[in-house]
Amino acid sequence: MATQLEPEARDSVDVFREEVRQFIADNFPEELKGKGLSMAGAEGGAKETPAQQAWREAMGQRGWGTPTWPKEYGGGGLNRKQAAILNEELARAGAYNPIGGMGVMMFGPTLLEYGSEAQKQEHIPPICRGEIRWCQGYSEPNAGSDLANLQTMAEDKGDHYLVNGQKTWTSGGQWADKCFAIVRTDRSDKHKGISFLLIDMDSPGVEVRPITMISGTSPFCETFFTDVKVPKENLVGEEGQGWTIGKRLLQHERTNLSGAAPGGRSGASLADIAKKYGRVNKDGTLADPVLRDRIADFEIRWTSFLHTARRAVEESKAAGGVSEISSALKKLGTKMGQERAELTIKIMGLQGLGWEGDNFSPIELQGVRAWLYGKATTIYGGSTEIQNNVIAKRVLGMLDHQ
Amino acid sequence: MAVLNEEQEMLRDMAREWATNESPVTEFRKVRASGEPEAFDRAAYATMAEMGWAGIIIPEEHGGSDFGFLSAGLVVEELGKTLTASPLIATTLAASAIMLGGSEEQKSKWLPKLASGEAIATLAIDEGPHHDPDTLEASVSGSKLTGTKAFVAEAHGADLFVVAAKDGLYLVEKGDGVTLTTRRLTDQRSHADIAFDGAAADKLANGGDDLLDKVLDRARVLTAAEMLGMAQIVFDTTLAYLKQRVQFNQVLSSFQALQHRMADLFADLAQMRSAVEAGLQAIDSGAGVSRAAIVAKAEANRVMHTMSNEGIQLHGGIGMTDEYDIGFYLKRARVLEAAWGTRSFLKNRFATLGGY
Ligand SMILES: Cc1cc2nc3c(=O)[nH]c(=O)nc-3n(C[C@H](O)[C@H](O)[C@H](O)COP(=O)(O)OP(=O)(O)OC[C@H]3O[C@@H](n4cnc5c(N)ncnc54)[C@H](O)[C@@H]3O)c2cc1C
Repeated sequence: MATQLEPEARDSVDVFREEVRQFIADNFPEELKGKGLSMAGAEGGAKETPAQQAWREAMGQRGWGTPTWPKEYGGGGLNRKQAAILNEELARAGAYNPIGGMGVMMFGPTLLEYGSEAQKQEHIPPICRGEIRWCQGYSEPNAGSDLANLQTMAEDKGDHYLVNGQKTWTSGGQWADKCFAIVRTDRSDKHKGISFLLIDMDSPGVEVRPITMISGTSPFCETFFTDVKVPKENLVGEEGQGWTIGKRLLQHERTNLSGAAPGGRSGASLADIAKKYGRVNKDGTLADPVLRDRIADFEIRWTSFLHTARRAVEESKAAGGVSEISSALKKLGTKMGQERAELTIKIMGLQGLGWEGDNFSPIELQGVRAWLYGKATTIYGGSTEIQNNVIAKRVLGMLDHQ
Repeated sequence: MAVLNEEQEMLRDMAREWATNESPVTEFRKVRASGEPEAFDRAAYATMAEMGWAGIIIPEEHGGSDFGFLSAGLVVEELGKTLTASPLIATTLAASAIMLGGSEEQKSKWLPKLASGEAIATLAIDEGPHHDPDTLEASVSGSKLTGTKAFVAEAHGADLFVVAAKDGLYLVEKGDGVTLTTRRLTDQRSHADIAFDGAAADKLANGGDDLLDKVLDRARVLTAAEMLGMAQIVFDTTLAYLKQRVQFNQVLSSFQALQHRMADLFADLAQMRSAVEAGLQAIDSGAGVSRAAIVAKAEANRVMHTMSNEGIQLHGGIGMTDEYDIGFYLKRARVLEAAWGTRSFLKNRFATLGGY
């Protein structure tokens, strides 16, 4: 698709590109070249290096970590075209966007839509600067897929709410400063009794217990609330509007999670890995014809997934809403990410199943953890089964069989 | 499941009872927590040997019970269910190599010790991360073995190694010229690379040219039997969980989407079981062993792969926790899938055997 730009517009594009290049040259530390933002906040126990901090602050001050968010709240105020240029230039320089996490992915966009002026002034700028970590207080022991069954209670005490209850699987809960939570303010109605509340994680009565995952890391927690006082001004929207707001946030979450299974998008091609770990014929083809067949099969389907993802974005832009196929994206992308991780460890043989020790390379060890962690991608953010229900009922209009 | 005789039923019930009561997954957790590279409980293995399990396939004249592979498979399946960490399979396979290829002297020297649990043995075949018995480099000259073996299961506790060299299988005792390097894999069991540097080697000279293939057939089938037990438990646990987990005010098992998936898994599991049992029976009867062994392991790989993934998925978040057992089955599954041939390897071999 050839976009015809007016001469003047083309000039401004060039000027902007030049500005971005200059900014990167001035601010991006050479030593971070080729590195990425690891696991966007969820595994974020590690301390920032001075270079990482400098880069985050530079991008944050400019608002370019959240390029399309309004300037008045600390965003970049860029249009889509400019944001795309920014991305291109970052990639060209081997740089990355250092600002991420749940604040950027889901909470920020939701607050911009539903928050009061005072709430936006207070919460959005620190997200743009990457200073505050948010966690998501949605799931409870008996409210997983059936989220609206949540029982954590916020009792109206005049100037504050008194919160009691338990959340679970809170990703990054142990490192988070604040939590966006959905809580019950009324027991008489399953959906309308839910409200959207912002809770400081260091409030008295908040207790967090990390849970170890099969990948050996502890990126998620049980979170307990005992008589936690939350000021009234931390209610987002109206009391009872929490389900609507909470679901909007989940749409942002899903869009961000499609294809997010670790190893799903980046890294060496499967064929290259196979050549490194397996036997190769004289003509450079893989000596294992079955593996060759599987890799090709996977790559063909992966390419068509990327086409599908692009189509979904284009359709939703054109329609100004959510594309019909967007529900299928998370399901497809996460599944393929898992398949790729499985194929990768298979190609490496037992060398790709290392748990620890010097006789495995960091890539091999990370591969194992990523493979295990990746199993979560089809569970969280609306499991594959829930996506199937959404497709069957909302897209295909099939009858609710429950 | 296969029709069992009274003896076999007793054996299976005894194994089931012991595994459930004396060796539940909490015992594996203890082994894991100990961090010992040997990765099994010596006292538990001594008990198994006392119950006669180490000698199931060994002839009576050498201290065994001569019950055969179907019986061995029954026990292994029960132990697989509780992830019992032991060198039972490794020792059984080494014993079968000695039975197939050993001289009378070698048999009387080793089989009684293996049957009684006094000695532990294992196979050391592959030299890299992939099962690849066609390109072995280890070699023997003047009864001295030199070469390296990779990812040898149960190597740390072994007194005896059955080692594949270019010209056949050899017995090598732990000791001079044998150096182990621990390889910790995701299943947290005993695995090691072994460097043989002029180690004294005693050839298994009576088994014919295809001795290695015959031993590998047995390794494939017995490994598949362990996987069968694992698959069964993952299935049972998942079904039970779906029957009690309430979401949307109803038990998950009432959802059609989940019912259909469990039905798929049930059918897969039925197929896996028949394949594994056919493999065990083929070894006992001596007919069509190679093909039956390939089918057993290839089906075990396929079904256990799906089962271990679905087991986690259908449990939701709880399946991701280290505290819940199901993740152990996933991790062990992949190590066993890689052992003695992945599905690709086996498909290729099946086609070759079939002449295409
Ligand atoms: C790594 C990880 C991080 C997470 N981070 C967070 C977080 O930060 N904050 C937060 O609030 N939550 C978080 N979650 C929780 C996540 O959103 C829930 O695990 C998810 O919603 C599923 O709920 P559940 O675990 O209770 O599973 P269940 O709801 O019990 O589901 C179990 C199984 O049943 C299936 N199922 C359930 N209902 C139906 C149905 N109607 N039809 C068909 N199948 C069905 C599910 O798909 C799943 O396979 C995280 C989870 C994981 C694994």
